[in-house]
Amino acid sequence: MENEKHHIVPYRIYAIILLLLLLLTFLSIAITNIELGAFTVAGALLLASIKSSLVLVYFMHLKFDKAYIQIMVGLVILLFIAVVLVTFFDYYFR
Amino acid sequence: MSQVIHHDEHYDPEGSKIGMWLFIFTELLLFGGLFIVYSVYRYMNPDAFHLAAEELNTTVGALNTVILLISSMTIAMSTTALQKKQKATTIVLLEITFMLALIFLVNKYFEWGVKFDHGIFPGSEFMKAEMSQGEVLFFGLYFVMTGLHALHIIAGLVIMGFALARVQKGTVHADRPSLLENAGLYWHLVDLIWIFLFPLFYLIT
Repeated sequence: MENEKHHIVPYRIYAIILLLLLLLTFLSIAITNIELGAFTVAGALLLASIKSSLVLVYFMHLKFDKAYIQIMVGLVILLFIAVVLVTFFDYYFR
Repeated sequence: MSQVIHHDEHYDPEGSKIGMWLFIFTELLLFGGLFIVYSVYRYMNPDAFHLAAEELNTTVGALNTVILLISSMTIAMSTTALQKKQKATTIVLLEITFMLALIFLVNKYFEWGVKFDHGIFPGSEFMKAEMSQGEVLFFGLYFVMTGLHALHIIAGLVIMGFALARVQKGTVHADRPSLLENAGLYWHLVDLIWIFLFPLFYLIT
């Protein structure tokens, strides 16, 4: 846990994450092939968000990083969501 | 801890990691801005975006997604191999990642080539004559965003090349893994962006 000591992630974990990512990819291709109207966009974005969290948490080692790095990443994501919301409020109520 | 300070051996893994993450934040917001532009134009031109997205080849997009996901795993595994002091495995895994990145670019080349053959490229007369404003916007965003992403793939290749050379030379090893770790972080960022580009351009029609 200290500066010098690195957490070694076993190969197996990475292989499992890849399988999950591939599964979610095929799932998102499958659901966008069905006509669900507005839910298609929501579904695809939801699956993409799950996939990106897997990449952030495991591939990018956030799970094993110190809290301040996790908090900074969270804040940047919140900032982005805030900008998206403000932009859409603007366009929606024009 | 040695008291002797060698300036040329300065090594600060935590500082390197913070620096890399700060850079990644700027990249996320750069692409984030483009995603907002895309969403607003899609909101304003739903039918044109629907029509234009049908032109894109989902199979090529899906293939490139799979390639990038696998390459993300292999570069993550190379960090594990380095920490386990398995130099040969580290190098092989990095080389596989490098090859996968090249294959991604080759696919992109053919994908764009087909579009060019159909007269779809920025500033084409065909697009001005045949397409609505919304479709032109869709393809403009498609070329800018996948093009910027492809530039990041090329940058990733350069960074991986450096990491590969340094691992081979032995200056990046189990006790000094920062360069490889940061190369990995950068490569995952490229993967992360593609995870959103793929559904937005290829899947949602």
